[in-house]
Amino acid sequence: MSVWQAFIELLKRDLRLAMRRRAEIANPLLFFVMVIVLFPLGVGAEPNLLERMSAGVVWVAALLAALLTLDSIFRSDFEDGTLEQLLLSAQPLSVMVLAKVVAHWLVTGLPLLLVAPLLAMLLGMKSAAMGTLMLSLLLGTPVLSLIGAIGVALTVGLRRAGVILSLLVLPLYVPVLIFGAAAVDAAASGLPVAGQLYILAAFLAMALSLAPVAAASALRISLS
Amino acid sequence: MNSFMKWIHKWGSPPWFYRVSGMMLPWLTGLFVITLVYGLYAGLVLAPADYQQGDSFRIIYVHVPAAWMGMFIYMVMAAAAVVHLVWRIKIADVVLISSAPIGASFAFIALVTGSLWGKPMWGTWWTWDARLTSELLLLFIYLGIIALHSAVEDRQSAGRATAVLTLVGVVNIPIIHYSVVWWNTLHQGTTVMRLDGPAIAPEMLWPLLSMAIAFKLYYVIVMMLRARGEILARETKSRWVRELVGGE
Amino acid sequence: MPFFYSSISVTDLANSTVHLQADSVECSRDDRLLFENLSVEVSGGEALILEGRNGTGKTTLLRILCGLRRPDEGEVRWSGVPIEECAVDFHRHMVYVGHLDGIKRELSALENLRVLQTLSGRGRYSVEEALEAVKLGGFEDIPVHFLSAGQKRRAALARLLVTDARLWVLDEPFTSLDVHGIELVESLMDTHLSAAGALVMTSHHQVHLSAGVIKRLNLSEG
Repeated sequence: MSVWQAFIELLKRDLRLAMRRRAEIANPLLFFVMVIVLFPLGVGAEPNLLERMSAGVVWVAALLAALLTLDSIFRSDFEDGTLEQLLLSAQPLSVMVLAKVVAHWLVTGLPLLLVAPLLAMLLGMKSAAMGTLMLSLLLGTPVLSLIGAIGVALTVGLRRAGVILSLLVLPLYVPVLIFGAAAVDAAASGLPVAGQLYILAAFLAMALSLAPVAAASALRISLS
Repeated sequence: MNSFMKWIHKWGSPPWFYRVSGMMLPWLTGLFVITLVYGLYAGLVLAPADYQQGDSFRIIYVHVPAAWMGMFIYMVMAAAAVVHLVWRIKIADVVLISSAPIGASFAFIALVTGSLWGKPMWGTWWTWDARLTSELLLLFIYLGIIALHSAVEDRQSAGRATAVLTLVGVVNIPIIHYSVVWWNTLHQGTTVMRLDGPAIAPEMLWPLLSMAIAFKLYYVIVMMLRARGEILARETKSRWVRELVGGE
Repeated sequence: MPFFYSSISVTDLANSTVHLQADSVECSRDDRLLFENLSVEVSGGEALILEGRNGTGKTTLLRILCGLRRPDEGEVRWSGVPIEECAVDFHRHMVYVGHLDGIKRELSALENLRVLQTLSGRGRYSVEEALEAVKLGGFEDIPVHFLSAGQKRRAALARLLVTDARLWVLDEPFTSLDVHGIELVESLMDTHLSAAGALVMTSHHQVHLSAGVIKRLNLSEG
């Protein structure tokens, strides 16, 4: 049994599970939409103001929606004991963690990415920035899932993990937020965006290589 | 086993740490008082007033060392985390968790004094200055570490989980810092005056260094006191603690 | 190495004899010492049954033996090698069934076991044969949450058969099983022991085994 086969099998299992509880996919999306709707209601529907805020608002809302879904990466596996079995399987745990994070992103991050342009339009974002918005989310949201996996792995054994999880994870999300929103802002003002996107890509590469290892060692601690 | 490992294992033994820290504490306290008194007197009385900022610049004697300590203590914690996870030394765990609240306090002091300084300088209590913002994020990371440690019930798991989180933080802190600096230049330009000028007169520098040393000594003293309490609590049932308590 | 998963195969254990050894392990939980200086071993054809009142650390010892928890002192060795150093080999030849079933309720028994087999390696039985052996034939394709507690437990115990595990670590395996279920599992254990497999378990029930050497360890004493 190669590691790759195991990776694919676990990925398929998690996707199959997600398909059998579809509400869990829809709820964070609904949350994302609602948060974005709250902003014009809170700050007023003045088009210039909304347009200027749109990049930041979409990114902050995406970040909160991602935070909301994090717990599902490991929680149900922890509760029914499959996480123990994963730890005791004859595969490197960090690769298994990566499979679970990829599945989680496909189920929660990807839909977010697809809905984002629609919501950006509601806020009057320039259509020139849409491509960059999608691209920045494409590079940024996997980083959110990867960093989040470490936080969940650390808190999965706790009964009331929700608030602590956000305390741990939100400060670590700041760089992604800064460069994600800045890329979209730059695109809207017609400035080059390659630099910001490269940095987001660098964050992704770094998170891909380090986060699964950190999350795996955190899981071992949480399960002991 | 090389000498470094010997050194680590020696310090890692709770009774040894307890005994040696007990012997060191009076000396450290003496040095602390000397550096603090000199630093404060030289800084607040002897040093000339700044030609631009007047007397209000004198807050750097608290602000700058506190900001340094915020970072310094985190580095100590990260080192303790490595020692704890790799060599499973119990003391490292104690040092880590005893340091966290002190680090958080220094980060908080740096924020408050920065904001106090901001009022005469910028006319506002808070400005989204890069240093203040990243200091604020550092404070959040400290608070996350403390929250995680108090939330995990099993003490061993709590120690190891906190160590992992500390290391995750140490990778992220530079990234967060430079992201914030970049964000700051993007949104505000460089019109805001920097909190510490590039050149500083020697009669201003000596008190500053003295204060920095005093703060470090203060950290070591408080950390040792907290660690000693923690060790006694953890090893209540061991023979050396019973002998210690019974013998006195 | 506590930090990285060691994937280096130290020895190929497939053909070697089964031997798990705990060498003077110590464990305390929340300042309470559960056991110290505890040494115990189990080899092929032996069943080690842990006994003792609630809270004496039976489950904790099982979790230490299968590598989920590290002992405070001492170490656990698999064929003479500390289990952290041969984790992949050890896990390939060990199966653990704990309090939790380790079964996804939304998936069928078949799907559950398939994943496990891909992750831990194929054994002597196919998934279908294993489900037949625990009398779940005909229920393979039904999501597990439609099954009864006893059937669910049997699906979990089918794990014992689908991989090439030489060592079974079982925490209260008879929970929620009826008389027939218990007899069934006992016969599986007999077969395992006669094939030179090893077994470590806890149980509140009296265990009736007709094969293998039975060793008992009572954690309440001393």
